[in-house]
Amino acid sequence: MCGIAGIIYRDGSHDIGRDMTRMLQSMKHRGPDSTGYALYGPPNDGLAIMRYTLADSNTPRDFEFDERLERHQGRVLQRLKAAGADIREHEQETDYAHRVTFSYDGDLKDLTDRIEDIPDAEVLSIGRSLEIIKDLGDADTVCAQYDLDEFGGTHAIGHVRMATESDVDISGAHPYWAYPFKDVAVVHNGQLTNYFQWKRRLERSGHRFQSECDSEIIAVYLAEKMAEGADLEAAMRDSLEELDGVFTYIAVTDDALGVAKDEMAAKPLVLYESDDVVALASEEIAIRAVLDREIDTYDPYEGEVMVWRR
Amino acid sequence: MATVGEQRITYDARGLAEPHAEAPRTAKVEDGKATFDAHDLSTRQINLELRRLLYEEGITDVTVQNPGAKHSLGVGILTRCKITFDGSLGYFGCGLIDGPEIQINGRVGWSACENMMSGVVVVEGNAGSLTGAALRGGDLVVKGQVGARSGIDQKGGTILVMGDAGSMTGFMMQRGRQILCGNVGPGLGDSMYDGTIYVGGKVKSLGIDCVPGEWTEADTEFVNRKFSIYGLGDPPEFQKFVCGKVLYNYDNLEPAERKLVL
Repeated sequence: MCGIAGIIYRDGSHDIGRDMTRMLQSMKHRGPDSTGYALYGPPNDGLAIMRYTLADSNTPRDFEFDERLERHQGRVLQRLKAAGADIREHEQETDYAHRVTFSYDGDLKDLTDRIEDIPDAEVLSIGRSLEIIKDLGDADTVCAQYDLDEFGGTHAIGHVRMATESDVDISGAHPYWAYPFKDVAVVHNGQLTNYFQWKRRLERSGHRFQSECDSEIIAVYLAEKMAEGADLEAAMRDSLEELDGVFTYIAVTDDALGVAKDEMAAKPLVLYESDDVVALASEEIAIRAVLDREIDTYDPYEGEVMVWRR
Repeated sequence: MATVGEQRITYDARGLAEPHAEAPRTAKVEDGKATFDAHDLSTRQINLELRRLLYEEGITDVTVQNPGAKHSLGVGILTRCKITFDGSLGYFGCGLIDGPEIQINGRVGWSACENMMSGVVVVEGNAGSLTGAALRGGDLVVKGQVGARSGIDQKGGTILVMGDAGSMTGFMMQRGRQILCGNVGPGLGDSMYDGTIYVGGKVKSLGIDCVPGEWTEADTEFVNRKFSIYGLGDPPEFQKFVCGKVLYNYDNLEPAERKLVL
């Protein structure tokens, strides 16, 4: 089933980590397998932020597990430096999840490929303000694990996953970063039926995919369109024609948040919009979790694309 | 049933603990009318309180304040009564009801009034997709807009929508009527078996086997009557759509004749 949510403030920074946790926790029944966030904090003086994992939370803890993690972590920092990155800060969030801040002017694809060449390493996101955090369990669990209550920013999307066609692991959890494009992420509820065609097309263009999940296609598809000159809204409109299946997805960039619904309108989305904030989710109770008052909401219709800027 | 401390615990169908096995008994009753605040109550507690008031206390007029878009509220009410929800409902609200008169001062989510048998439901705001799915009787009035596939598999009753309706409205409709005052999305009445759909606005496209119907005096009388009952003013001019009955499963054969053919 899965549940998706998004919120964008038009009046400056808010506690988006706390808000998104409330929204996602209220939809726990739509997907208790994993929970993920794409949070957009303030621009970090032009520094890049990379979130990555070196194992999964359900990876078997054999006798060499800790030693292997330490070795691989050392190689990540070595490779960042070798690629020309000037590391400013490194934080270890869990025994397998890390956050590193650095200055870097080079090719993000090259950098990501170098990191992911290290066994078990997976780059969750790279951006100037985007940070993707995802793990197994419900929103309260992931929020506590990664200390997200205090995360401030202007917009965020999130996802609770009911795994159906790929495994319960961090790779299969949403949101998906649009490798190798900075600050673009997507959450999706639905199923793409021309997934393999698009995967092959995009792989031929040099993209790689972290997961076997169809939703990852959307992020890379949109980012490639934008790299060719389309804005977010135009790229999303193209997707209604070119992606096949049933879907409602939310896409975000560093300054915008958009939603697209396929022509069957088979996947739910409820929307609230005011001068200060736009909140949307698979269920209205998620919006009520952050706006605890009587509000006027509606469902976007089939084939609709809507984009808001912060 | 197990006991943990002072709180009784039951288990739902999945074996998960249900901590609220009893009605909270928080309603205030005055002049035969009951009111309770649902803000801090779970779905289960709200429905238990509602049922206690209607079935145990015999109260026929209940107001639920702050329903907070919670799911599955007011489901399976099988008695004549008046229920007012002061706020919005989530998914599956007021499904499987038979008899009540329900006023919703807010919006409703997906699948509102699914399988409703009789009674009246008036929604002041918008409604999500699948509104009135498999409706069998009664009147469902939505003063705002409705989402996709409203009245899917409708088997009777009337759905009246003052605003627009989404795609595949009346999909596989079998009986009953829909009065849609606004514009309608693509695939109207797709694969409908029978029934009548009145549209006041533009139709993006008709579904398979949905065709324009001939307007009669009975149609005028019906639409006027429904608008009058719910105080909706003068009805707009409508187009009428019915089933063309040209799909393979329609013929003029009697069952005995069909057996001969087969």
